[in-house]
Amino acid sequence: MSKAAQFAKKRKKRLVVRTIVLLLLVSAIVFAIATRDNEKVLAVGDQAPDFELVDLEGNPHRLSDYKGKGVFLNFWGTWCPPCKAEMPYMENQYKEFKEKGVHILAVNIKQSNYTVETFRDQYGLTFPIVIDKNESVRRAYDVLPLPTTVLINEDGIIEDIITKEMTEDEIRSFMERIQPK
Amino acid sequence: MSKIKCQCGHENPFGTVLCERCGRPQTEEAKKSETVDMRYEGSARRSQTYNRTIIDKIWNFFSSVKIGISIIVAVLVTSAIGTLFPQKLFVPANSEAEIAAYYERLYGVFGVVYYKLGFHDMYNSWWFITLVGMLGISIIIASVDRVIPLYKSLKKQRTKRHPSFMKRQRIYGVGAVKDADKSLERAESKLKELRYNVKVEDGAILAEKNRFSRWGPYVNHTGLIIFLGAILLRGIPGFYVDETLWLREGDTVVIPGAPGYYLENKGFILENYSEEDSELYSTALERAGAIAKNYQTDVALYKNPEGTVPGQSEAMVLEQETSIIVNEPLKFDGYNVFQMDYRLNELKTMTFQLTEKATGKSFGEFTVDLMDPKSKYELEEGAYVELRDFATDYDGIDKGEMISKTPLPNNPAFVFKMVTPAKPDGEMSFVAIQQTLETEENDYKVNFVNAEMRNISGLTVRKDKTLYLLLVGGIIFMIGVTQGSYWNHRRIWIQKGEGDEMLLASHTNKNWFALRKEIDQVKDYAGLPQYEDREDTESKPDNEEGDFK
Repeated sequence: MSKAAQFAKKRKKRLVVRTIVLLLLVSAIVFAIATRDNEKVLAVGDQAPDFELVDLEGNPHRLSDYKGKGVFLNFWGTWCPPCKAEMPYMENQYKEFKEKGVHILAVNIKQSNYTVETFRDQYGLTFPIVIDKNESVRRAYDVLPLPTTVLINEDGIIEDIITKEMTEDEIRSFMERIQPK
Repeated sequence: MSKIKCQCGHENPFGTVLCERCGRPQTEEAKKSETVDMRYEGSARRSQTYNRTIIDKIWNFFSSVKIGISIIVAVLVTSAIGTLFPQKLFVPANSEAEIAAYYERLYGVFGVVYYKLGFHDMYNSWWFITLVGMLGISIIIASVDRVIPLYKSLKKQRTKRHPSFMKRQRIYGVGAVKDADKSLERAESKLKELRYNVKVEDGAILAEKNRFSRWGPYVNHTGLIIFLGAILLRGIPGFYVDETLWLREGDTVVIPGAPGYYLENKGFILENYSEEDSELYSTALERAGAIAKNYQTDVALYKNPEGTVPGQSEAMVLEQETSIIVNEPLKFDGYNVFQMDYRLNELKTMTFQLTEKATGKSFGEFTVDLMDPKSKYELEEGAYVELRDFATDYDGIDKGEMISKTPLPNNPAFVFKMVTPAKPDGEMSFVAIQQTLETEENDYKVNFVNAEMRNISGLTVRKDKTLYLLLVGGIIFMIGVTQGSYWNHRRIWIQKGEGDEMLLASHTNKNWFALRKEIDQVKDYAGLPQYEDREDTESKPDNEEGDFK
């Protein structure tokens, strides 16, 4: 091999090594920035964590039992005005979408049976309401603000996470999104 | 880009200042100068060698010590700015909008800018992470670019150097001696006595000591990189958890950051010192009031067995029962749960009594658990009280409905229906703290008897798998500092010159005074020529104002 060829080879090797090292180091920075808020573990497109909670009548509801159906998972509390406001809309849409394979599971955060029952009767709600007494489901879904609604499709994949009050039209369009095809 | 061929026949890489083999100056600048810059042995730093592609340019950017120092300064300055106003963590607000409003309210325009630029949450801002990351890149690249050529040239160095190299050393002496061979011999034995590694070759001596001290900065940088890497690992789920948990007495909740584990608060204890403990305490207690002796939370840890999902709390198994005391955390599966804070006296239950107003006759008492009220309370003589509505944190009435601000029992309010044999249709009464309202004049009333309180423990959940890695990084860092600070790399060259002349030159990376003392010993013993330290400012007579010129 001539000297020039040797030199060119060395130069190429150097370029490759430097590029790899720089790429690794830059990706480390990108990784650090991406993981700085590791509170948000759940994201759209993830498998929805399975859970099992008991409703006011004592019937267990397990998320995986709803496979093949869309699940409209709503986290709420009676002290939160927007949660209360969207409840009648959810009830209306539930009646329509129940037959089309979209279910509502309303997860109350750690309130007493009395309070939740009184609320349900006042609002005349017919969809199942479960109470997350030890906050395990809230933690598993990293729910911070209320209301938070998680749209889960027929395959158990999270389609969307909504962390604000919804109008009736929005609830309808969300239910259409997770309606099984 | 070609190699530089030295007069001695050695081919040096482009950018070389002093020939790797004989030490002859290779650049015009070095040839003209009195003494040469011996940093990195005058070898070709890689950053200066190639500068062709964009990759090379980025590489050279990070290889620069000036850039490295600029980044350090930038980190220091931004960190200092970040301490001007409180960080987000200490701001009493929940939503981003509230946080923004807080800074604007307290600090005006500066607060707005501070918030907009992300100084309120500095360690998590993208630009701060980028700065620290660039510092890491700079440390790695700058070190690699220097340590490799330095290592190579120290390894390649020859015993006999060219006189032009000797002449350009800071310590240099030349002169005639009586017997050059004998002087060399005596110098060799003295240098060995001074614990130098001595190489003799062709009428020349190279004495060297503590070369490893030159690796100090690079060992130190390795420690820093390990440290930064450990912090990076914290971003991977499962490596690092730092969560706060407020746990009420009697409550069982899932432990944040530790899915599948539940913690029950069996009681919080706050003990204060009292004068009964010791008479010695009385003065201190008089001065300071209450002095805490013990903060303790008695807990039970439960675990959901494998194959269960969140919410299946009936399946959970008791793992351990223990007391968490300050500095004595609950330990399980790599987690530590520490006692951090407490709140005393939250309402838990309220006890009422149903009485007939006219006679004061009581139908008995009933207790409402504020976290789990019942809809009906049976009393004596067939009387009962129905709970018609209930608010934990009463905040007025809206559309005939009681409004609760929070789910916490801060201000409980009740609507009771009182049913007695005399009034089978019942009477309605609204009861809140310190008030009772009736829609119409009632014959019976529910009056408050007493309340039961409970405490809340503030706990911190910690898990840090990177701790030992951080420790290792820190130790390596300190080894590097020690190695570079407490040892100095010293080299002495002695060789025969023209006729009966002898040449003496020497170099060290620091502490020239100690080097001169050692050379003096060798010189006196072996009868070497007088030398001169050409950059010595310390031992010259101080006839000018000030120490620095």
